[in-house]
Amino acid sequence: MFGYYLDLAWRSLRRTPMLTVLMMVAIGLGIGASMTMLTVLHVMTDDPMPGRSAQLFTPHLDPLPLDYKLDGDGPDPTANLTLPDAMALLKARRATRQAAMAGGSLLVRPAQVGAQPFNIDGRYATADFFSLFDVPFEHGQGWSGADDEARAHVVVLSDALARKLFGSKGGVGETVRLGDNDYRVVGVIADWAPKPLFYADSTGSQYSDDDQFFLPLSVAVDRDLPVNGNNSGWGRENATGKTSFNMSWLQFWVQLDTPAQAAAYRQFLVDYSAQQKSLGRFQRPPTDAKLYSLMGWLAHENLVPNDIRLQLWLALGFLFVCMVNIVALLLAKFLRRSGEISVRRALGARRRDIFQQLGIESAVIGVAGGLLGLGIAQLGLWSVRQRPDDYAKLAQMDVSMLLGTLALAIVASVLAGLLPAWRVCRVAPALQLKTL
Amino acid sequence: MQLRPILASLRHHKLTATLLALQVAFTCAIVCNVVFMVVNRIERITVPTGIAEQELSVIHSAGIEKDENAQAQHAADLAALRAIPGVRSVAAVSYALPLGQSESSYGTCPDKQAMDRAMQIMSTAGAGCSQPSVFDGTPGLAATLGLHVVEGRDFRSDDYVVGYKNRPAVAIISRTLAQHLYHGRQALGQSMYVGDKSIRVVGIMDDLLRPNLRKPGVDYDSMLWPQLPDDSGVTYVMRSAPQDRQRVLEAAAAALVKVNPNRIVNPERMRTYTQIRAKYFQRDTTMIGLLVASVLGLLFVTALGITGLANFWVQQRRRTIGIRRAIGATRNDILRYFQAENFLVASAGIVLGLLLASALNLVLMRLYELPRLPAYYLPAGALVLWLLGQLAVLGPARRAAAVPPVVATRSA
Repeated sequence: MFGYYLDLAWRSLRRTPMLTVLMMVAIGLGIGASMTMLTVLHVMTDDPMPGRSAQLFTPHLDPLPLDYKLDGDGPDPTANLTLPDAMALLKARRATRQAAMAGGSLLVRPAQVGAQPFNIDGRYATADFFSLFDVPFEHGQGWSGADDEARAHVVVLSDALARKLFGSKGGVGETVRLGDNDYRVVGVIADWAPKPLFYADSTGSQYSDDDQFFLPLSVAVDRDLPVNGNNSGWGRENATGKTSFNMSWLQFWVQLDTPAQAAAYRQFLVDYSAQQKSLGRFQRPPTDAKLYSLMGWLAHENLVPNDIRLQLWLALGFLFVCMVNIVALLLAKFLRRSGEISVRRALGARRRDIFQQLGIESAVIGVAGGLLGLGIAQLGLWSVRQRPDDYAKLAQMDVSMLLGTLALAIVASVLAGLLPAWRVCRVAPALQLKTL
Repeated sequence: MQLRPILASLRHHKLTATLLALQVAFTCAIVCNVVFMVVNRIERITVPTGIAEQELSVIHSAGIEKDENAQAQHAADLAALRAIPGVRSVAAVSYALPLGQSESSYGTCPDKQAMDRAMQIMSTAGAGCSQPSVFDGTPGLAATLGLHVVEGRDFRSDDYVVGYKNRPAVAIISRTLAQHLYHGRQALGQSMYVGDKSIRVVGIMDDLLRPNLRKPGVDYDSMLWPQLPDDSGVTYVMRSAPQDRQRVLEAAAAALVKVNPNRIVNPERMRTYTQIRAKYFQRDTTMIGLLVASVLGLLFVTALGITGLANFWVQQRRRTIGIRRAIGATRNDILRYFQAENFLVASAGIVLGLLLASALNLVLMRLYELPRLPAYYLPAGALVLWLLGQLAVLGPARRAAAVPPVVATRSA
């Protein structure tokens, strides 16, 4: 029966080519606009560490004094940890793995004669950073906890920077001059940059940044290397050095394998806050301490700009108007065929059969419109990629979005066909046949 | 024109006509709000900075070595830049420039009592104080930017202090800041309080926009300090004829490297003011493009829907039209009939659409902090959709009018 209905649909659509093309264009435009925006939103809210994100958490403490007032526009000091707190959590070793980190920019001075110095972004981190995030290495490896303790001048480079400085030979064992110090290269990581760069400070542009170097955090503190992003100080005595109790600047991530372990860690944070409060350092309730999961933290940071959400709503509104349009056109088209349908009814077709026939006709429009929509969405995504926004480069369709586009188009067109099909099924055959 | 037969015929197509009206309604609601958003964004991206943007270009230089004598370096750089043909004047600033995105601002109070009050309640807003952005720079900055000191005087050479750690004793404040701090009283000669230090107002200048927009009320709260940049990283502002700017920038980069090769002149931080403005509002420009495209798309789809349906109805009624023509209706009557029919359906849609537009605006006001939709958008939106409907129906209506009376004699 399916083949026969398909044939009928084809004949019927060919009879009114203008109307058919019109409906396909309408659904194509609606689907194209919506899928462009859905894809952008999809890549922006995608899991940056598939398979591992469920075990990654970030603890947050609230060391602010009671009378501290948050500035509406300003960054939130409790988004990061102070060095003493980060070191306390690190030494407590309550998680499977834990690492403290902060972003920084340094000047690279290439050893080659005539090469211009340039600035690069990178990360100061503690030794577990690489195993915590499962960072793949091309050459060598990360540094050890002992290197952290010894403030060893070692560095891990990104493959791009290593290639730029040392060519294809990797550069492990070589020396590189960053800022005013020399560092020994111990490792080169393979191409690795989670999008968004979830572990970075939230005031940066996390969709376009990646780390070119990794240095031990202890060295950054020791040498007072420049730190990027949200460095918030508080307290009247204005002690705002890196080691201060009153300045937060570090991000902290832990690996917790089971929900029980996560619950225990949460309790540990509350206990730690309570202990700091009894020492007189913290003033706010210990229950203000929070443990965010990776996806929970991204939701909390709300990286997706309001404009993108607005664009998505607009696109969906557009799709809706297109659908109303198609419903009206299909209704007119189906009602026009009341006579033909009445004949089929009189010859024994049940309402269900008519419904199926018309549903298949709507689906044919949907498939064609979906294909057109796919093309329009690719065009839309291409134009998004031309924009200089930091998320623009990511706007690519994956297989799931590709199939989703077609599915949405078919569902939308079948939905649009429902009301007209139902209406035409209610036409009394006898009345129609009389007028034929 | 008799409306009764039209209404009677529409009753036969109740559902289809309702759907068409619904489409017009949603289009009307969305178009009104989106056009309003576009107008808002255009207002935002055309906000005046108060400086001679068309003639300015900006170049950033960062020294590599730490132990440089910044003052000597800046003086040598300024001299080299001034010597570039076409450059009318040059000044150095630390970083703060309108729309430049790097800003320093200080809680500033009109007098000592207000400062004490602000310290007590830990807020500047409640105590009659402001958070103006502060612009430092070398002598001649106001003239280079094209700022007019409208009252009082420009800085004298003995006003200047070196580096951000030294507070100057005098300042020039913007007209808006003067109004916000002193509410119409004479601001010239007053002593403002910035922290625990007092700064005397020696000049009032035209409004100067902040490096970062906050909200419309405070965007022009700004002041100039006679404070010389004292860092190896410094930004030079050059004024030249508009068409010379690109050439001047390239010459400036070469000149700076020639004075001292031991520095980084980042090509990304070498821009004309037109480029600075474009970068600042880049997201808004994208958004305007998208919004306009979606409005056009919506109107297009709605017009197609109206045309498609009208075409269909004309085909369906060929015989009826023929009969009407045969019993005396003129071509014009037929044309008017379809136009009136469209007008009725569109009007029903527009009435509903205007209600929806207001409702949608209320939702957007809550979710996206959009202002209230001005009332005149509603009649304007209605007019656009009426026109669109009439245009869309014109083709099918003319085809209907062309149906010859002889059709009546043929069987369907």
